[in-house]
Amino acid sequence: MSTPLLDIRKLTTCFSSPQGIAKAVDTVSLAFMQGETLAVVGESGCGKTVLALSILGLIPDPPGRVTEGSVLYRGQDLLDMAENELRTIRGNHISMIFQEPMTALNPVFRINDQIAEPLRLHQGYSKPEALEKAVSALELVGIPNPAKIARAYPHELSGGMRQRVMIAMAFACNPDILIADEPTTALDVTIQSQIIDLMNDLKERMNGSLMLITHDLGVVARMAQRVAVMYSGKIVELSTSQSLYAKPLHPYTQGLLASVPTMGDKTDLTPIPGIVPSIFDRPEGCSFHPRCPHAHAKCSIIQPPLMEAEPGRHVRCWLYE
Amino acid sequence: MGLKSDTVRAVDGINLTVNKGETLGLVGESGCGKSTLAKCIMGLESTTSGEILFQGRRLSEWKEKDLRRQIQMIFQDPYSSLNPRQKIRSIIREGLDIHSIGTPAERKEKADRLLTLVGLRPEHGARYPHEFSGGQRQRIAVARTLALDPQLIVCDEPVSALDVSVQAQVLSLLKNLQKQLDLTYVFISHDLSVISHISDRVAVMYLGRLMELAPSESMFASPKHPYTEALLSAVLPPDPTAESKRIPLTGDLPSPMNPPTGCPFHPRCPKAFDQCANARPPLRELSSGTHVACWLYQ
Repeated sequence: MSTPLLDIRKLTTCFSSPQGIAKAVDTVSLAFMQGETLAVVGESGCGKTVLALSILGLIPDPPGRVTEGSVLYRGQDLLDMAENELRTIRGNHISMIFQEPMTALNPVFRINDQIAEPLRLHQGYSKPEALEKAVSALELVGIPNPAKIARAYPHELSGGMRQRVMIAMAFACNPDILIADEPTTALDVTIQSQIIDLMNDLKERMNGSLMLITHDLGVVARMAQRVAVMYSGKIVELSTSQSLYAKPLHPYTQGLLASVPTMGDKTDLTPIPGIVPSIFDRPEGCSFHPRCPHAHAKCSIIQPPLMEAEPGRHVRCWLYE
Repeated sequence: MGLKSDTVRAVDGINLTVNKGETLGLVGESGCGKSTLAKCIMGLESTTSGEILFQGRRLSEWKEKDLRRQIQMIFQDPYSSLNPRQKIRSIIREGLDIHSIGTPAERKEKADRLLTLVGLRPEHGARYPHEFSGGQRQRIAVARTLALDPQLIVCDEPVSALDVSVQAQVLSLLKNLQKQLDLTYVFISHDLSVISHISDRVAVMYLGRLMELAPSESMFASPKHPYTEALLSAVLPPDPTAESKRIPLTGDLPSPMNPPTGCPFHPRCPKAFDQCANARPPLRELSSGTHVACWLYQ
């Protein structure tokens, strides 16, 4: 068993608010291997974005804080690093693509300047060298007329083009890990497919690893080898993508897959009853039990740990005790 | 239809009928004109030419008050479509108040009934929108829409902003209500899986024009227009073993300010030939109910 590239251990991130302390990420452990695409799947408020931001030390403090755990990258704990040391990692060894390409690009700088920035900062290129490399980066991500687009401003580009630019920026320094937060959500269907193929292709070529954060089960199926399902701040299921879709174990995962309409199929969907609990008012025991068709007495009293239900498959559910 | 001078033809020469009790799905990508078409149906956008008939009469011949009672709309964003300063009951009964339908007591009773109908509770009527989740707000929007007993409901991306499990709840609600109340829907979405699930017939739009119009089942089983084929092939099923049969489309969607000549899809079409750049193919009926605008079928 090789050492994980990124080893997240018992990570807990809390936010203080007038209504109390919100545990956005609750004791999450995840080992992320070289060369793999791991998807972190969940719906709004499950903690997946906060997880990503916690890894890179991007949680605003106040009101947020990582209160427990470690994030080991090549043996070093990122949470222990000073800001100037973290800066040498971000954009260089570990890159991130944020949701909404429109707001993630700086509207007052040209595209080439924005791609050049990490190159100059982390790899010591001179300005002319970095601007030239920026054009190659645009070519790499399939942008037509790269020299012309390099001199454009973000508002002059379409959503799909901007996302390609974000990817170009993220890959510019050949990072080990790319964290992509909903990289295709804001895009049209035909453009989405192009971007997914692009990301898969670049990841292969650079032998990198990809942490894909999304709620879109179709995108996950197309991209990920392993999947971690999150609910109420915790991982509730962790398995290979194939087994997850073929036979989901956690009742929440089952409910989720049963909620997705499939093209050409008009049979009624079976929605999960109820709604996600408020972060301030999580149920006792298993957070999912009020909505679970299989809940029994124990579920409302004791929170289940993550258990190995089958070789390589972990579930947080008393059904698999 | 479109805007004046320096024209963008947001919606260009659409001929469409919607039958009572059916769900017509309207699908297309950014800039295809589906939202503009929805607004024209609602009378929120004026048309430049052509006409929209509701129950056989032109929209312009209807009294606005009567029309508003017959055609209602559900919007995409549940966070901006409800007045944050109004209590839920007031939001739902507002239409009844405006049209002075029934006594105040009857209006309150109707609002309570509607809340129950959409899966909430009468006591929720005393709360404010911010106290509810996205899915619940969308249910409130549905309740509001039903207050005036409309015939036609235009649903503009009603589930796009919702999580998957919540989407399923709202879609089920809409389907059940349609059966119960004999409603007619024009359902707009960019999500083909959702469209296939809820629509009886589907209209595919591209750059303001209708590319294909067909019954839902036959369109998804056997799409005719190359754009429809490409669109369907791009949908990702939640199944890692599914083979990718994606038909790649090169380039981006052209700007509606500068549409291509002839068939608007020809620059990206894998099956385009000479004719396609020269002349615009008319919408032609192939077999019962299936219409395509493509030179391959002329």
